Amino acid sequence: MGPEAVINKSLAELSRALQTEETSSVDLTRAFLDRVDNGQGLNAFITVDGDRALEQASAADARIARGDAGPLTGIPLAHKDIFCTKGLLTTCGSKILSNFIAPYNATVIERFNQAGAVILGKTNMDEFAMGSSNETSYFGAVENPWDRACVPGGSSGGSAAAVAARLTPAATGTDTGGSIRQPAAFCGITGLKPSYGRVSRYGMVAFASSLDQGGALTHSAEDAAYLLSVMAGFDPRDSTSIDRPVDDYVGRLEQDISGLTIGLPRQFFGEGLDPEVGQRVEAAIEEYKRLGVKAVDVDMPNCSLAVPCYYVLGPAEASSNLARYDGVRYGYRAPEYTDLIDMYKKTRSQGFGAEVKRRILIGTYVLSAGYYDAYYLKALKLRRLIAQEFQQAFQVCDLIVGPTTPTTAFKLGAKVDDPIAMYLNDIYTIPANLSGLPGISIPAGFDDAGHPIGLQLIGGYFAEARLLNMAHHYQRVTDWHKQTPAGCA
Amino acid sequence: MKWESVIGLEVHTQLLTASKIFSGASAMYGSEPNTQACAVDIALPGVLPVMNVEAARMAVKLGLVIGAEINRHSVFARKNYFYPDLPKGYQISQYELPIVKNGYIDIEVNGTKKKIGITRAHLEEDAGKSLHEDFHGLSGIDLNRAGTPLLEIVSEPDMRSAAEAVAYLKKLHELVRYLEICDGNMQEGSFRCDANVSVRPKGQETFGTRAELKNINSFKFIEKAIEFEIERQIDVLESGGEVVQETRLYDPDKGETRPLRGKEEAHDYRYFPDPDLPPLELDEAFIEAVRQTLPELPDAKRARIKRDYKLSDYDAGVLTATAKMADYYERAVKESKSDPKLVANWIIGDLSAYLNKENLSIEHSAVSATKFAGLMKNIDDGTLSVKTGKQALELLWKGEGADVTDESAAAESVIVKFDLAQIGDTTKLEQVIDKVLAASGAQVQQYRSGQEKVFGYFVGQVMKATGGKANPKQVNEILKKKLNG
Repeated sequence: MGPEAVINKSLAELSRALQTEETSSVDLTRAFLDRVDNGQGLNAFITVDGDRALEQASAADARIARGDAGPLTGIPLAHKDIFCTKGLLTTCGSKILSNFIAPYNATVIERFNQAGAVILGKTNMDEFAMGSSNETSYFGAVENPWDRACVPGGSSGGSAAAVAARLTPAATGTDTGGSIRQPAAFCGITGLKPSYGRVSRYGMVAFASSLDQGGALTHSAEDAAYLLSVMAGFDPRDSTSIDRPVDDYVGRLEQDISGLTIGLPRQFFGEGLDPEVGQRVEAAIEEYKRLGVKAVDVDMPNCSLAVPCYYVLGPAEASSNLARYDGVRYGYRAPEYTDLIDMYKKTRSQGFGAEVKRRILIGTYVLSAGYYDAYYLKALKLRRLIAQEFQQAFQVCDLIVGPTTPTTAFKLGAKVDDPIAMYLNDIYTIPANLSGLPGISIPAGFDDAGHPIGLQLIGGYFAEARLLNMAHHYQRVTDWHKQTPAGCA
Repeated sequence: MKWESVIGLEVHTQLLTASKIFSGASAMYGSEPNTQACAVDIALPGVLPVMNVEAARMAVKLGLVIGAEINRHSVFARKNYFYPDLPKGYQISQYELPIVKNGYIDIEVNGTKKKIGITRAHLEEDAGKSLHEDFHGLSGIDLNRAGTPLLEIVSEPDMRSAAEAVAYLKKLHELVRYLEICDGNMQEGSFRCDANVSVRPKGQETFGTRAELKNINSFKFIEKAIEFEIERQIDVLESGGEVVQETRLYDPDKGETRPLRGKEEAHDYRYFPDPDLPPLELDEAFIEAVRQTLPELPDAKRARIKRDYKLSDYDAGVLTATAKMADYYERAVKESKSDPKLVANWIIGDLSAYLNKENLSIEHSAVSATKFAGLMKNIDDGTLSVKTGKQALELLWKGEGADVTDESAAAESVIVKFDLAQIGDTTKLEQVIDKVLAASGAQVQQYRSGQEKVFGYFVGQVMKATGGKANPKQVNEILKKKLNG
């Protein structure tokens, strides 16, 4: 198979091609490295280590030859630069970690290594995953392959753009308030955020510990099932990871969905939703009905308060999680300072970008004596109410369905100076994080400007197999997920 | 005016777990700087804490013996502040819901018994150490200690004198060592104490403003620091001043407390539950299993040993200072089948002298309990005199008899090798005594005419003639028989 033939294949197809030795991991890796190299000008990657990737690829080829291969053996993958990769730069999109070479592997990376996957490189992201446009990265903004003047979404913007532009067959991401699903929607790909506790957070640089969850950005639900099969599982090094068996995500893709009920939260279809997005989501719901799925309206009033709730809890945890970047032990340290306090101040002033500082300040404020009850505790209560609302909804439906984002991708620079407008982008994705529920965004069409539109499905705790199964059935009868941006095929 | 002092103590005990409280790194003291700090301890990006259940087990042990409530559900929180030896920028501690609450310890000062309340005991991690010497104006950071488990034990402000504070502290110190949850080494900082001290006019209900005393690492210094601070506060108040709420350091060289240098920043620690750690949930089975491992406690052991072996309060106290000491004593009595009082005297006297000289605790004694029992047996049955017994102990201490596989026979082998046995052979003794009497005609006359105090002279002569090895009891008997007969 030539390079043109491989880049448009799904991960599942590439896996089969590797097993039958129609292609080799080295050829595959080289083909994608070439695409990354000739750039596409997207700025999707922060670090690429071709030599290392090719070494891994030839090891994978040897494994395949030995008959010791799994589905991901030899598949090149890109990882969000938030996952620690031993011996590779791990920057988290920040100046303060711009020189940090991780001395250990995140559990997710370790699992992919064991599966024989190849690390193509580390993708660009909003600084410390704080952002919805990838514009807060110290390494510059990423362009949306569908419209170079637009953002790819964030914070996993580099991963989403790289998958959409066929620079990698699939990528990892993390999702704290929508950071996988929103860029997946903006870039016309599939983005899965598993249940909190399903994927180990060990070695994943923390933003908001109680919300962060690693997941997959892929071309299809089927590909996501392959990735999740490797990523998911209990990790004794993460006390918040859940010790329960991992479902057969790939095996359950074809499971019958007729007779299932989807719930449509009124609050996801109200004010603020772009009509074109609304229409495509409605059309997708009709598609599901044709597949024998029933739809009911559900009421989730507290979900409309998810954004303020999130912007108390997320920053609170972040303000503490980011305290370790103090210039003492690793990372950036200001070149000149007079004493310890001055070193702290200068290091952190110079090392963090504006959005990160904003959230550290918000977080410090809401945890301060005198404000803790009014902000932090109140937000915790609201969080519980939102989680309860989902459980009530799941009494009458199997899954929640709605738009992933209120609008399609916006112009680079359009919301940089308006944090509130930027934050509202995550209004439909945040509730799943606050509740710890799994969510997936799948391509459901385009607006008139040709920007992709995402459909979001949210399932009950550990219902990833059902989510992927539902998404897969939609993708069997539609081809939105097979579209490729102009110039990227 | 009459003043009353009010004292509360916060004690940080380092728990004797093999590994740290939230990482797998070794918690051993005294290694090369930064050789016992793993990725979690140095707070690399992405690392996560995992609770060491052993630390919880130790906390529960203490909770059970101080009559406290064990919280089935306790929560780890983050205490946020910046310091170079605090790698994460926060300390994981327990704040609103500690693992242990509402316990007490009984103390006794000058014969008066008193109950000292313990508000709470919570688990937390220790910080690293900042080293300011030897770095040419820079500071060194050693993170070996970072993440070592601590149990912070907070008392109620129930103490009214430095003596009570010391009594409480000693009691607690003894308890954690009996439970084997802390080595109690104050010099190395594994048992650290901060004291909150205030004074108020006697009879007043409300507390005065308190000062917190830090940096006190011996019982003696605790007493002196508190006494100094009480006097200082009374002086301030009597001269019309006000006590400032502050942290003061004790300077053992000058014997005074003084405010912590530099401006103290008003800290807002921004405590909140640590999202990386689920609440610590303990079930009945866990607590019951811990209860099963509880050893006999100091007071009970003291009372039992005093009763069973018919010892004085003093002897029983010394012999139960540590659980290891009591074990040693009981083994020595049991294995030697000797007079318990004799064994007690030898441990408290001669053996302790050797231990003290080399600054060893009983479990590191050069003479094991079994060897010591062998020695006691030979003293008890008259084979050794006090004098030769001391010689034998010295030889055993120096390693003589170490080649004997059966430790209980070590003392006998030393006795034989160095010919220490008393002459217990009656015929032989009679010969010696006959010679002595024959050469002391005048004294024999005196004795027989009623001056019985010359008896000692004969004993002395016999001892001299036998090089001190004659069995005094037998000598007495034979002498009496011959002189009176």
